[in-house]
Amino acid sequence: MTHIAIAEQLDDSHEPGGFVTKYIWSQDHKVIAIQYAITAIFVGLIALVLSAIMRLQLGFPDSFSFIDPSSYLQFVTMHGMIMVIYLLTALLLGGFGNYLIPLMIGARDMVFPYLNMLSYWTYLLSVIVLICSFFVTGGPTGAGWTLYPPQAILQGTPGADKGIILMLVSLAIFIVAFTMGGLNYVTTIFQARAKGMTLMRMPLTLWGILTATILGLLAFPALLVSAIMMLFDMLLATSFFMPAIVSLGDNLAYTGGSPILFQHLFWFFGHPEVYIVALPAFGMVSDVIATHARKNIFGYRMMVWAIVAIGGLSFVVWAHHMYVSGMNPYFGFFFATTTLIIAIPTALKVYNWVLTLWRGNIHLTVPMLFAIGFIFTFTHGGLTGLWLGNVVVDLPLSDTYFVVAHFHMVMGVSPVMVLFAAIYHWYPKITGRYFHQGMGKFHFWLTFLGTYAIYLPMHYLGFLGVPRRYFAIGDSNFIPDSAQTLNASITVSAIIVGIVQLIFIYNVIWSLKYGKKAPANPWGATSLEWQTPDTPPKHGNWGAKLPVVHRWAYDFSVPGAESDFIPQNMTDSEVTWVSGQPPQDREKT
Amino acid sequence: MTSDKQQSEKGWQTVVTAWSADKEVFNMPWGKLMMWIFLLSDTFIFSIFLTAYMNVRMTTTAAWPSSSEVFALTIGGHHIPLVLIAIMTFILITSSGTMAMAVNFAYQGNKRITFWLMLITAALGASFVGMQAFEWTKLIVEEGIRPWGNPLGAEQFGAIFFMITGFHGLHVSCGVIYLAIIANKVRKGDYDKRGYHIVEITGLYWHFVDLVWVFIFAFFYLW
Repeated sequence: MTHIAIAEQLDDSHEPGGFVTKYIWSQDHKVIAIQYAITAIFVGLIALVLSAIMRLQLGFPDSFSFIDPSSYLQFVTMHGMIMVIYLLTALLLGGFGNYLIPLMIGARDMVFPYLNMLSYWTYLLSVIVLICSFFVTGGPTGAGWTLYPPQAILQGTPGADKGIILMLVSLAIFIVAFTMGGLNYVTTIFQARAKGMTLMRMPLTLWGILTATILGLLAFPALLVSAIMMLFDMLLATSFFMPAIVSLGDNLAYTGGSPILFQHLFWFFGHPEVYIVALPAFGMVSDVIATHARKNIFGYRMMVWAIVAIGGLSFVVWAHHMYVSGMNPYFGFFFATTTLIIAIPTALKVYNWVLTLWRGNIHLTVPMLFAIGFIFTFTHGGLTGLWLGNVVVDLPLSDTYFVVAHFHMVMGVSPVMVLFAAIYHWYPKITGRYFHQGMGKFHFWLTFLGTYAIYLPMHYLGFLGVPRRYFAIGDSNFIPDSAQTLNASITVSAIIVGIVQLIFIYNVIWSLKYGKKAPANPWGATSLEWQTPDTPPKHGNWGAKLPVVHRWAYDFSVPGAESDFIPQNMTDSEVTWVSGQPPQDREKT
Repeated sequence: MTSDKQQSEKGWQTVVTAWSADKEVFNMPWGKLMMWIFLLSDTFIFSIFLTAYMNVRMTTTAAWPSSSEVFALTIGGHHIPLVLIAIMTFILITSSGTMAMAVNFAYQGNKRITFWLMLITAALGASFVGMQAFEWTKLIVEEGIRPWGNPLGAEQFGAIFFMITGFHGLHVSCGVIYLAIIANKVRKGDYDKRGYHIVEITGLYWHFVDLVWVFIFAFFYLW
């Protein structure tokens, strides 16, 4: 029997029985996706609270007795690490990757459902280890999310005894979990697509997820290796990253290690990680924009190649994070060049999103609002990226709030905007009900405007030279007192935006029960996940027979067709044409 | 995927056809592709380990121990450099040969010989790990080399050597267990229905571990 025939079979060997096999030890990709999403959003909320505490200290220094300098550093570190790895990576790939891949390609499940389940439980273990670090003596590590040695493991850094060990172990476990999931995503997209679903007919969401997963599989090894080596430095007193150090008059046992090596290894992972987060977001936002503007995505092939090109280039730009590390200046020249080159495919994508909107039939639904918001925040963050990519501009701005504002705009707020768009967009499919529109719009406007209230002033603080990660600015000659007023205003905005997110959580839970019942395809979308026989899709997704794909994912407003969208699984003869038959000069997709 | 039309195509055209077709990109079972992708990821792990090693070795200021001295054995009064490692490498490469034969016999459906060949492969792998343990013991007990110190020179020598060969040894040990489990399942006939791709997948992993060893051997023992 060929493996194509295996895909067609309805495998009932892991059909859910009772509550436990249906919701807990489930091998169904949709349940695993929701488990991933709930866990990720839960830790994300912890990180959100941490950022609020940080902002309280920065806005109103010395007003809160529970924040001292070392706990402040711990909050900064944990906020960054949780947001980047445990929320964004897990939610975009573990959550949306799991949910959308089999549905969008027309498969019954991932190719190895058991491994998929194992991936979630390993991820949960890594989250538990991470959270444990809050409760050990000394607390979690406060080395900053980049964990730079030597300070990360030296006495004096918060959490240098136990917190850092738990952090590194948790990262290693996360990488194992990601590898198990990632192997599944790539193999599923490559091998288990429905008949007719060629690679160049896939929705861009899948291209984004596929490329991001490959990046993850090749970039996480660098983090794993550096975590292992730093653990050895910590536990076995090896000197991989540790030079000879005199601490408090004592010679430490280390000699001859290279801290720069860690920075190279970390950013060889760290820069692709930016695109691991960004590429699925690029993909999903393309689909949301095309659907709600009732227009095919502009330049589909260019969009695909841009995703692939960004993925490839992301491996040769890492040292632009290290201009101030003291590496060879010729490196700066090389990495500035590659960094600016990566702006070309990225800008191409932004133009194509805007051109998709151009003269489209734009429906300002909540997902569309978030998608348009994303174009703003991403363009904004991307432009400041061009500045920081140049060595001469980066040197004075390095380690100031300008950098903080830049990366929050480009890889914090922007992917989160897409996540909201995606959650609102796919909510009717996942739950079978509409979310509350009014609450959604309120959530959008406050989040979007709040974002600018928070991060625009930070650019200015950066120009003033306010350094990042400082507990308090104190009295400095070059920083005017008005910087403190600005900081207070940022804090107030941040707290408001934080509270507004509770409305989102409330909306998601409230709509689960009281939301209006949604039809199978409420947005009139073309891709396969909206064409399932049941909403929400049942185990096995497609009932007795897999769908057959006849067209690409963007047949919106096709000239001559009566409906303004044609689902991917509809043949030309099934479509109702205004003139009774398809127009002759139509280009085949 | 193996229609007559595609078989008649040549060179790049087959690649283009395969990639733009619906269904599978690669004409192989799911598990085999997954193993290939995993090995690609694992290649990055070992490449980064070895890059770190090269960086450490080039930047350290202390002298690096001479590989012909530190990895030598004295047998019957003769001082023979690299003798143990030569035997270990020979054994591991031999095990790749028996593995390849096992794959061949598996596709022929000869369960008994496949089982024995896989078991021999596992035994050769286990003896490799055993000799590695002997080598480690010699370095630790006789030469006094530790992860945190090295009387012969650069401190990083012990750290990076134990880490990378240890990580490789862990791969070999996992491979031995993996081989033993699959061999037993082959003997019981668990794959009669599903086909014997699994033996080839196991073999892919085993050959990969071998290939990595060739690089570790070159970088540590011949440099």
